[in-house]
Amino acid sequence: MTTSPPGSLLTAQDLRKTYGHTHALDGAEFSIHPGEVVAVMGPSGSGKSTLLHCLAAILPPDSGSITYNGREVTTMSDAQRSALRRSEFGFVFQFGQLVPELTCVENVALPLRLNGTSRKEAERAALGWMERLEVDDLKGKRPGEVSGGQGQRVAVARALVTSPRVLFADEPTGALDSYNGERVMKLLTDAARSTNAAVVLVTHETRVAAYSDREIVVRDGKSRDMERAI
Amino acid sequence: MSIGHTLLGILESGPRHGYDLKRAFDEKFGHDRPLHYGQVYSTMSRLLKNGLVEVDGIEAGGGPERKRYAITDAGITDVEQWLATPQKPEEYLQSALYTKVVLALLTHRDAADILDTQRSEHLRSMRILTDRKRKGDLADQLICDHALFHLEADLRWLELTAARLDKLREAVAR
Amino acid sequence: MSPRQWSRDLTMGARFAVTGGREGWVRMTLTAVGVGLGVALLLLCTAMPNVFTSRSKVEDARYANTYSQTVPPKADNTLLIADADTTWHDDDIQGRFVEPEGRRAPLPPGVDRFPGKGEMVVSPALKDLLDSDDAKLLRERLPYKITGTIGESGLIGSHELAYYAGASGLKLTDSSLVTRLAKFGKPDATPEKSDPVLLLMVLVVFVVLLTPVAVFIAAAVRFGGERRDRRLAALRLVGSDRGMTRRIAAGEALAGALLGLAVGTGFFLLGRQKLGTGELLGVSVWPSYLDPTPALAALVAVAVPVASVLVTLLAMRGVVVEPLGVVRAAKQSRRRLWWRLLPTLAGLAMLYPMIGQGHKNGNFNQYLVIGGVLMLLIGITALLPWVVEAVVVRLGKGPLSWQLAVRRLQLSSGTAARMVNGIAVAVAGAIALQMLFTGTQSQYTKNTGKDPSRVQMQVDFSGPKPLPGIEREFTGTKGVRAAVALARSQYGDARRNPENSNGLTVGNCAALRELATLPSCKDGDVFVTRTRSGYSDPSNASEIALVKPGRQLYIDPSYDGAERRLEVPWTVPANIREVNARKDSLQDYTSLLVTPAALPAKAAPAVFSDGVYLRLDPSVPDSREYIRNVVARIDPLAQTYSWSATQEDVKYTSIRTGLFVGSAFVLALIGASLLVSQLEQLRERRKLLSALVAFGTRRRTLTLSVLWQTALPVGLGLVLATTVGITLGSALLKMTRTPVAMDWASVLTMTGVGAAVVGVVTLLSLPPLLRMMRPEGLRTE
Repeated sequence: MTTSPPGSLLTAQDLRKTYGHTHALDGAEFSIHPGEVVAVMGPSGSGKSTLLHCLAAILPPDSGSITYNGREVTTMSDAQRSALRRSEFGFVFQFGQLVPELTCVENVALPLRLNGTSRKEAERAALGWMERLEVDDLKGKRPGEVSGGQGQRVAVARALVTSPRVLFADEPTGALDSYNGERVMKLLTDAARSTNAAVVLVTHETRVAAYSDREIVVRDGKSRDMERAI
Repeated sequence: MSIGHTLLGILESGPRHGYDLKRAFDEKFGHDRPLHYGQVYSTMSRLLKNGLVEVDGIEAGGGPERKRYAITDAGITDVEQWLATPQKPEEYLQSALYTKVVLALLTHRDAADILDTQRSEHLRSMRILTDRKRKGDLADQLICDHALFHLEADLRWLELTAARLDKLREAVAR
Repeated sequence: MSPRQWSRDLTMGARFAVTGGREGWVRMTLTAVGVGLGVALLLLCTAMPNVFTSRSKVEDARYANTYSQTVPPKADNTLLIADADTTWHDDDIQGRFVEPEGRRAPLPPGVDRFPGKGEMVVSPALKDLLDSDDAKLLRERLPYKITGTIGESGLIGSHELAYYAGASGLKLTDSSLVTRLAKFGKPDATPEKSDPVLLLMVLVVFVVLLTPVAVFIAAAVRFGGERRDRRLAALRLVGSDRGMTRRIAAGEALAGALLGLAVGTGFFLLGRQKLGTGELLGVSVWPSYLDPTPALAALVAVAVPVASVLVTLLAMRGVVVEPLGVVRAAKQSRRRLWWRLLPTLAGLAMLYPMIGQGHKNGNFNQYLVIGGVLMLLIGITALLPWVVEAVVVRLGKGPLSWQLAVRRLQLSSGTAARMVNGIAVAVAGAIALQMLFTGTQSQYTKNTGKDPSRVQMQVDFSGPKPLPGIEREFTGTKGVRAAVALARSQYGDARRNPENSNGLTVGNCAALRELATLPSCKDGDVFVTRTRSGYSDPSNASEIALVKPGRQLYIDPSYDGAERRLEVPWTVPANIREVNARKDSLQDYTSLLVTPAALPAKAAPAVFSDGVYLRLDPSVPDSREYIRNVVARIDPLAQTYSWSATQEDVKYTSIRTGLFVGSAFVLALIGASLLVSQLEQLRERRKLLSALVAFGTRRRTLTLSVLWQTALPVGLGLVLATTVGITLGSALLKMTRTPVAMDWASVLTMTGVGAAVVGVVTLLSLPPLLRMMRPEGLRTE
């Protein structure tokens, strides 16, 4: 078993996770530094999303260890993991993450409000991020009234509003055309770099993966770090 | 790419000196391969001969690069014709990569490794292009995207091949 | 639009409904079960008329009029029969002694052979009861040998407790419960004229119970609506027009309704068997009684599918299905109030002309009553969406869970309102009925004038029996604290045809103290009360004048044309005292109170028992059963009564019972539908819930928001229901000319019950909610 590389923010070793008879993860490894963008690539069903869910403390792995900032994640209670996600992590998914009945600015403000920030303050901060992602003109609209690319940028704003140290993005451009996909990726990585946040980017699109600093490939639940392999 | 037509196109926006032409070309189209002065000179003299450009004036000091060129009506027509003619799609087989994969299978090596390595290499190039795109202007973005999409096409082929490795293995083993 | 096109689209929709894969089947099952429950309840209601007629048919057929004025002469085809009803805990047991007087004596319905002396035939339920371990006391009371069972034709329900015991030596006497008959049955089965107010109650109970069922069925055909809308969008994509889409949707609902009809029939048959073998609040019937009235059953069979189509078409009007998704048209326009008020106003208008009718002014117009109540209740379903919308748009600030809930409601207040419609209608109806019941209760509850704290049980013996010292039989009985016996006789101022005659009461000092305030008493004393009850002039001067000390009187004088009596001479003793009658005297028809030793011994046969009064030990649970056993041993035909302060009209009570049974069913049904739609809503949002959890939302926040989401519309629904219920209740009370009095306790109870149902439903939907919040929901397959 290897120890976590020095200076890394989030590492995982020998992760295993089984659904029924399917080995979604079969000894996967991962590590990321602050400010680094790592693409997780691999064919459909290879375990990419499961790896992301484990790293993000959403799913507990069956075995293996995950360390965030020196703390073991796998032994945390559900409440601790929720708190970790709330304060340290940000999330962008392919779809389904905007609450349809809240306006865009309320959606962006949501994570701050979860942390107990007052409504006014949360929405002011939210508006700031929406400006950076060029969607501030949508603040009063509901998710159903905005385009896919706009909605995804709103989602990115929401993921960044708490200034997370790690941003998890699962196929963030999966539902978008190339133009809007590129726009989202540029804004996302720019914003992450400016705050020195690490980005775990699950994608099967290489053009999206090209926004990363390095990539790891997941195949049959096993990970392969291409940088170290070469 | 037709350098002659490209230079003619640049001239259409107004008369330019030889060195101006080279700079404009390099800026917009010559990221990977800047033009030599010789190339500009020889191209312009061919266009001059065909009546597509004319010399608008010569700057003091002499030398071929001091000439100022302007496009003629025939030249405008020629650019128009060139733009209207569809480009023949470039088909090229990934012969080298294909050979490698088949050989790997024949010799019972791990073909997936080859593919992963190749993808990694492609990604390295794509990252450089993406980075340039991020910092560059619109023209930069366009040219980089062109290259990126081509590289992506290679990778898509790689992915597909990877997904079909088992079948390929059977076919090769036969 | 051609009918062919219609049927083609409907059929296509129906096919979609059954070929929708697993998801489709789940939805179909939910709809079918939901509609099925409603249909079963409707069928049960259609069977109610049959239940009533069947029960009264049996009751009439086995009727033996023991109070008949004319008794046929003894013959080969006559039978002596006596009432020997008894009570076991709270259950009444119908009992008869039968003594055939000839070979052709009529058999009671359901009995194929007369039991001999010491034998009895029993209903199956009584047999089971007697066989059970805890019925030892009852076995002692009915020690007869069981020689057969009473058949279905002689019983009004499978759980009726009844027996016919063989007897010999029954005597026809004018005051006993014995009669002679040549055949069973009520000779003049004239229908009773029904009380218009009771009829009103029955009508309202039915409407109040059935309207929520209708609302429920309407909701059930829309189960899975959101998913279906998505499928319809796909249909639009491949080229069906809006009309077609609507009809296809209606077809899907139709398939669900038809399946629901089948399922409902199954439920009904199961329930019929179950109800036929079981018992509900002391009421049992035979399965055969639960045969739906054909016309009503046919109406259900037609109305449910038609309604499903109409409801879907109506619901789809608010939804524009576009090829690429579903647009809810309702979102653009705010709901308007005016037409939503129409049903309510129409309902009030229909009830208004009947205000002031009632007992004295003839019947109510049934159609107007039904229509009015129905409109008022339906009015709730029209008003509620508007109220919910009007309120939630004004809500805003609050904690995050509140914000999530309010925003959700603002976006789809219709769905929320639809969910609580049923419960609001049920609660409104129940409140109105409660008001009607409490308001009219006094009219249907008689004050018995008896004080159950003084005497808890009274025994009346059959026929005139001299039973001196009978109270001693009870003094050793378990659970009896005190027993006093009264006896009575007659006296007059002459041997024959006395000019003045009165009754006299014989009892020991303890017994007489229950009748009057005695300064002192010893055996041999005689008292006369200063006042007499039951007369317009309470002064007892004339009788006091008659019983002057030393006066010669005669106990049990004779009259011309009747049997000669004992004619025992009795001199009024010198120590006779005037006393004050107790206001709460145990009896109020005699004034002369005599202790046994004051009467000549020869008079004893003329002194008949006038009942035994018992004070019980409340700590002995079966005290009444012990007493009944003692009584049965002394006189099987004797009757025992438990004292209660009030007595309710039997019909009134049974309507009330019916309401409770029905309400229980309806609330359970609505609770089930709430649960289903709640789960469906949660399932729709599974991915979103998972995503919210992924970025760290506390489960508590989400749970609270779900709670708010239900609690808000439910709260509004209950407020509206209370308003409409009180309005309706007041209108009904006005109609019956009863002063309108608010019965806040029952209003609170009903709203509380409604809220409790919602609470239970929310509680039950929590485990699935927590499960759905698990991160697995993020997986994309």
